[in-house]
Amino acid sequence: MSVKLGVPSKGRLMEKTFEWFGDRGVTLSRTGSDREYAGAVAGVDNIELVLLSAGEIPRELAAGRIHLGVTGTDLVREKLGQWDQQVEELAELGFGHADLIIAVPGFWADVDTLDDLDAAAAAFRLKHGFRLRIATKYHRLVREFLRDNGVADYQLVDSQGATEGTVKNETAEAVADITSTGDTLRANHLKILSDGLILKSQATLFRSRNAPLDDVDRAALKALCAKLRVD
Amino acid sequence: MERAAIRARGAQLRALFEAEGAQVVETGILQPAEVLLDLYGEDIRARAYVTSDALRGEQMLRPDFTVPVVQMHMAYGAEPARYTYAGEVFRRQEDDADRANEYIQVGYEVFDRENPVDADAEVFTLIRRALGDAPLRAATGDIGVLMAAVDGLQTTDARKAALRRHIWRPRRFRALIDRYAGRAPVPPARAALLSVSDPFDGLPPEIGVRSQAEVAARVAALRADAEAAPLAERDVLLLDAILSVRESLPNAIEHLRDIAVDLPAIDPAVERVAARMRALEKRGVDVERLDFEASYGRTSMEYYDGFVFGFYAENRADLPAVATGGRYDALTRVLGQGAEIPAVGGVIRPGLLLELEGSK
Repeated sequence: MSVKLGVPSKGRLMEKTFEWFGDRGVTLSRTGSDREYAGAVAGVDNIELVLLSAGEIPRELAAGRIHLGVTGTDLVREKLGQWDQQVEELAELGFGHADLIIAVPGFWADVDTLDDLDAAAAAFRLKHGFRLRIATKYHRLVREFLRDNGVADYQLVDSQGATEGTVKNETAEAVADITSTGDTLRANHLKILSDGLILKSQATLFRSRNAPLDDVDRAALKALCAKLRVD
Repeated sequence: MERAAIRARGAQLRALFEAEGAQVVETGILQPAEVLLDLYGEDIRARAYVTSDALRGEQMLRPDFTVPVVQMHMAYGAEPARYTYAGEVFRRQEDDADRANEYIQVGYEVFDRENPVDADAEVFTLIRRALGDAPLRAATGDIGVLMAAVDGLQTTDARKAALRRHIWRPRRFRALIDRYAGRAPVPPARAALLSVSDPFDGLPPEIGVRSQAEVAARVAALRADAEAAPLAERDVLLLDAILSVRESLPNAIEHLRDIAVDLPAIDPAVERVAARMRALEKRGVDVERLDFEASYGRTSMEYYDGFVFGFYAENRADLPAVATGGRYDALTRVLGQGAEIPAVGGVIRPGLLLELEGSK
């Protein structure tokens, strides 16, 4: 057995993760061809690198198929029910910052808060005969947030990409999406509600509470955590 | 608890309701999602399982029987009608793995115009009798009193409509009251909006389905609202007084009558509570020992709009209500496409009842 570490398989998130581990004396690398998702770990023993899509890492952690994983807090909270009983946050990695927010068209002079959104949604439903649509891929987080804040008369519509364009395309009236600088929102004539911050997310190292460990694994995990200075 | 035993207990309960003259009905397990979504909004997705196929689109695993039974009655039912049913309902659980996501419900529903308060008493006493001598505490309330109080406030129709809409969301209701009473400060963005002559000056272009005219209409409504007199402190105190009524039914009625002296709009609703008490008494309920709580039922699904009740295990605070019910006249109006009928009903969870009976 060995301790499995799940890391995003491509892009900036992978590079930054490799860098973060490298700074702490643990060298992660991809092996084989550029297209092959295999990796290696140097600097500690009995750790196996598993390259995965960042979106699948929460599920793999919950299932206990990987012991450690790097992914965004947004994905863990969206995908796992009672997330804190399934995984433990070991360290925030300081990159991949993104806020999950609610945004509406900038010309909606009357809407600045969730309270306004709720009132606008009620009027919208009366006039158009259907509930105001909010495009998102974060259904659970957005629904819980709006329920806790007493917003009614809306519906969520699924959008897996180019969410900011849905208002102009008339498939939604508002969006709930992640943003880092807000540039894309502004370019699409959208503004963030002043109390519309649902979650602040960043790349985080998680430990699975469900993955089995034998004595060798336990020792390997302890050595790794010591080297990374997390615990 | 064994499934077969729960099913058998459910069948007994249904037979009891049938013997009382209820007609046995069945409904599909798969329900069209549209109707439920339209009624409950997005929140229902957090509580019901959604599935779909390419032909019929989204379907929900029946989260309760009331909606399909009302639909059936509104489409084909003769009046008056009494129905009973037993079967699984499905509730999605995302936060608490200990709560059942599938359980049997047995229900009794009355559609009768003749004497609504007596129908309330009939459902309550029949459910209570069906529960036998399990150690249960009854809670009762009446959403109609609070609704009447909102209608009786000295304020604009727009504010009353907003409050009515949020009766079932206590936090938002409170926030609205605080704002209308001038207790909460006007948010800076709102103050800025109200102070400019052209609210669209310097804003990005119009996009999407919600038009500039709709935005302008709400800006006008906000301006009108800013001109409206604040809700009188006296009205806020009366609402608070109503919401804090929690005592034995006869005392609660006395208390509500005292409040009605200053807020006569609730008079008819309070007298309905009193008439219901007499009907309950006539059916043998010891009303001196029956609790009445004016805010009871505000956090449940929002179709109850009158009498509400629940039965709770006395020594098992961990268990959900063993039986619940209430009046849902407005639901028949929404689903009746122009028709409506006073309706009241209740459901029992035989699984929980067996658990209590076994532990005695």
